Amino acid sequence: MSEDWPLYEVFVRARSGLEHKHVGSLHAADARMAIEHARDVYTRRQEGVSLWVVPSAQIIASDPQEAEALFEPARDKVYRHPTFYAIPDEVKNL
Amino acid sequence: MYTQGLDAQGREPEAPAGGAAAERFQARVDAEEKIEPKDWMPEAYRQTLIRQISQHAHSEIVGMLPEGNWITRAPSLRRKAVLMAKVQDEGGHGMYLYSAAETLGIGREEMVGQLLSGAAKYSSIFNYPTLTWADVGAIGWLVDGAAIMNQIPLCRCSYGPYARAMVRICKEESFHQRQGFEIMMTLARGTQAQREMAQDALNRWWWPSIMMFGPSDADSPHTAQSMRWKIKRFSNDELRQKFIDVTVPQAHFLGLAIPDAQLHLDEASGHYRIGAIDWSEFHAVLRGNGPCNRERLAARRAAHENGAWVREAAAAHARKLKERAAAAAAA
Repeated sequence: MSEDWPLYEVFVRARSGLEHKHVGSLHAADARMAIEHARDVYTRRQEGVSLWVVPSAQIIASDPQEAEALFEPARDKVYRHPTFYAIPDEVKNL
Repeated sequence: MYTQGLDAQGREPEAPAGGAAAERFQARVDAEEKIEPKDWMPEAYRQTLIRQISQHAHSEIVGMLPEGNWITRAPSLRRKAVLMAKVQDEGGHGMYLYSAAETLGIGREEMVGQLLSGAAKYSSIFNYPTLTWADVGAIGWLVDGAAIMNQIPLCRCSYGPYARAMVRICKEESFHQRQGFEIMMTLARGTQAQREMAQDALNRWWWPSIMMFGPSDADSPHTAQSMRWKIKRFSNDELRQKFIDVTVPQAHFLGLAIPDAQLHLDEASGHYRIGAIDWSEFHAVLRGNGPCNRERLAARRAAHENGAWVREAAAAHARKLKERAAAAAAA
């Protein structure tokens, strides 16, 4: 190939009502071909009702090295969960 | 489809470098955490995976050839539709795997180039010819059966993208094996000539399938490291034995004879024991001297070269659309 086709990330919506989920990637010359290839590569068994393709170069990802700085602060904020609050059993509908 | 034993080829991976990062990495692997593309990993782990996943992908792609050989001659429309779906799946499996390998930093073009130049290996089973329709049955039953045995543990591989690709592949592979067994069953219950055809296919595919699991453990120097990294979960001999134990009763059901005079059930262990494997054949095929090595590579090269104009035209079309959009935006 004189010219590499760009990489696209593929997202599939399994059923209406569900979110699109990342399933993998593929190469295509353009967006339309990416959709057509995604259909052949990732939905041969009715795995989806809708496809998204995104140029991989356009994805901005968080850095695993910074995972702690990003996500650690949420760890000690257990009061964000309903189970943090003790409510007597006799209180209903809460 | 895939063979164990592809991990045993190529350069010896270097001993993993020590240090705090390597220790943290091994601790994560030991804790059954998945390693993802952007995570730190030892260079030897990366290279081992690139080699194994790309060769696995090549095997899927080359694996389309022996079966594709029978699409035009399938005995009924049903068989033809099934075989086309199966061959298309193999192509799809190759695509899942190439994209998993690409997350490790190798380009698609480079991998394809390694296959076409002969630098990369693929599963040696595909260097055997498909002489009769029964071979399509035997491949599904035995070759895909052996592949499933090997691929199911790979679903738990420590490298996330490889493990996820394998989950997808294993879901699809089961149909491959069952359609193959169905072909064998139909032939085994057919005329005398059909039974003989089925037996002949089993005779030719049995030993190559047994060898798909790769060299015996004593000759598998990389197994220990791959197991520490949780790329590999079972040794070649363990998987081979599992395959033999499930497949021999299936052959009995078909009323076909396994071509091994020494095959017997070891009552004490409950395992079937096979006779000696002729490794000289395995190594000859691996070295490029199997019945179809040159033919397979020639077919892949021809497909690549004959498709060049399509890839170039598509790229030119994409470029033109982009230029038009840019011009429209500027106007």
